[in-house]
Amino acid sequence: MGLLLKVIKGGMSTTVQDFGRWGHQAMGMPVAGAMDPEALAVANLLAGNEPGEAALEVTLLGPTLEVDGEGALAVAGADLGFTLNGVSAPRWTSLAVKTGDVISFTGPGGKGCRAYLAVSGGIDVPVILGSRSTYTRAAIGGFEGRALKAGDTVSCGEPPALWRRTIGLACPEPLRPVRDPEAPIRAVPGPQDDAFTPEGLETLFGSEYTITSQADRMGYRLEGPKVSHKAGADIVSDAIPLGAVQVPGHGQPIVMLADRQTTGGYTKAAVVLTVDLAVLAQRLPGERVRFARSTPEEGARLLAERAQRLASLARLRAEYRSRPERPLGGARATSGAYSLRIDGETAVIEWQEL
Amino acid sequence: MDQPTLPRILDAGDSCLVAEFGTTVDRALNAKVQALKKALAKCGIRGIVELVPTYRSLAVYYDPCVVERKDLAARIEAVCLDLGDEGSGAGRVVAIPVCYGGTFGPDLENVCAHTGLSKEEVIARHTGRETYCFMLGFTPGFAYLGGMDESLATPRLENPRTLIPAGSVGIAGKQTGIYPIDSPGGWQLIGRTPLAVFDPLRNPPTLVEAGDWVRFQAITEAEYEEIQSAARAGKYTVQVAFRKEAE
Repeated sequence: MGLLLKVIKGGMSTTVQDFGRWGHQAMGMPVAGAMDPEALAVANLLAGNEPGEAALEVTLLGPTLEVDGEGALAVAGADLGFTLNGVSAPRWTSLAVKTGDVISFTGPGGKGCRAYLAVSGGIDVPVILGSRSTYTRAAIGGFEGRALKAGDTVSCGEPPALWRRTIGLACPEPLRPVRDPEAPIRAVPGPQDDAFTPEGLETLFGSEYTITSQADRMGYRLEGPKVSHKAGADIVSDAIPLGAVQVPGHGQPIVMLADRQTTGGYTKAAVVLTVDLAVLAQRLPGERVRFARSTPEEGARLLAERAQRLASLARLRAEYRSRPERPLGGARATSGAYSLRIDGETAVIEWQEL
Repeated sequence: MDQPTLPRILDAGDSCLVAEFGTTVDRALNAKVQALKKALAKCGIRGIVELVPTYRSLAVYYDPCVVERKDLAARIEAVCLDLGDEGSGAGRVVAIPVCYGGTFGPDLENVCAHTGLSKEEVIARHTGRETYCFMLGFTPGFAYLGGMDESLATPRLENPRTLIPAGSVGIAGKQTGIYPIDSPGGWQLIGRTPLAVFDPLRNPPTLVEAGDWVRFQAITEAEYEEIQSAARAGKYTVQVAFRKEAE
């Protein structure tokens, strides 16, 4: 049987997310899905799952959860003060949990606002239109279509056979996604870049914007120099792709994110590269955004690199799981990691031969 | 056959191309969008994630790790050269039963006052014409219907409602539509359908697809109750007819 997570405190907005509900936008169904899908994938791989399994997306102020059962667990993404039984616990690491363990978050320890808590077996909520992602606006998917709250009990799937052998695996630094809070957000001009004056586009790509308080899973409204249109901001509705930089008549850009509506009637000056969406989604209201011109080819190359990083982590996991139980002579491990639990406290000890 | 109209192929980031046939609301133009959608779906091009038709363009979402942008753009253009003339107006006609007025249509009187028509006349004109579904969007399952009798045009409410029940049928300007899920909104509500126009647990979740036609049918409150119970028990068959060409 899979683990149960009893929700003691829901946190600010803790929702079940996977890679999203793709394939149904033609009927107006928004995609939803993780705002930082690479962090979700890393958490899943460390928990022994497939990369796109459903996990909990934790936003800024995390939940408090009590474990019933045993399995592997991993947290990846922003540092939100992850603790296990009241003791600071490592992110990016596969940890063993058992009945009575308490997971909580003490608050952000730096930049970044979204972390992913994956559990071996994945979060077991019904698959709706091919996905377990929560779309709260229409109460579709996830845990009863909403964010978790105190009193909920979340079931997890049957842990994968090799979960125990995954315990202690840590994601090496170079395979962790980088979320530089100052990095420019790269975007491809279009599809309605011709609706803007050359000065308007120059302003968009040459100015600094601030994320307003109207920033959520649907989109980030920005504030800064006005982006001017040639004639008007309204168009006959067309599709809103993930990352579209929509500019209504007031000239202030809105970046459309996971829970965006599928279609809309405002001009879109540019679309953010897929890999940079997570960089933006880890920023908070008040933080700054600069856009940089990019190309679909650059976006494709960066997506291929992302796929490479995840493939490397999957390979590392396979090697880690097939390590010999005890050194038998011959080929010997030259580094490794142990997860120790002493009086309910978990410590991870990494070693390497010098 | 007309000369094929090639769409503009526009970049929409690194994972979406938009084939834009025009920039206006036009049924012939929309028919090209639907035709391209069908043709691309048939081709089974590797790397296409999904196709999203709108009024005037088709968004082609793709996985750039599987198909290169330039190859995909070339394939779309090649498919467009072979598109037939599908703008004849042929298509499915989905019958949507609606109970007009009363608690289901609290704004029917507003529409009467604005248009100067009697209740009976508003209902007759609303049910008298087939409307065309250009696209779905805005909220899950919301169909953008075009071709309502323009004498029914009524501006939106000055104070939008915070909660409109799913199935409500309304008028906003020259548009008519059905609220697929409970949501806030400012449309003049003239009636309600007992059918779930959107149900993510049903296959297919929507009753109407882009390119279909909708015909509203007036029903009584008793029929409303009857159809609703039958539909909930899975015992109601939505009436679908076919039309051959434009009327």
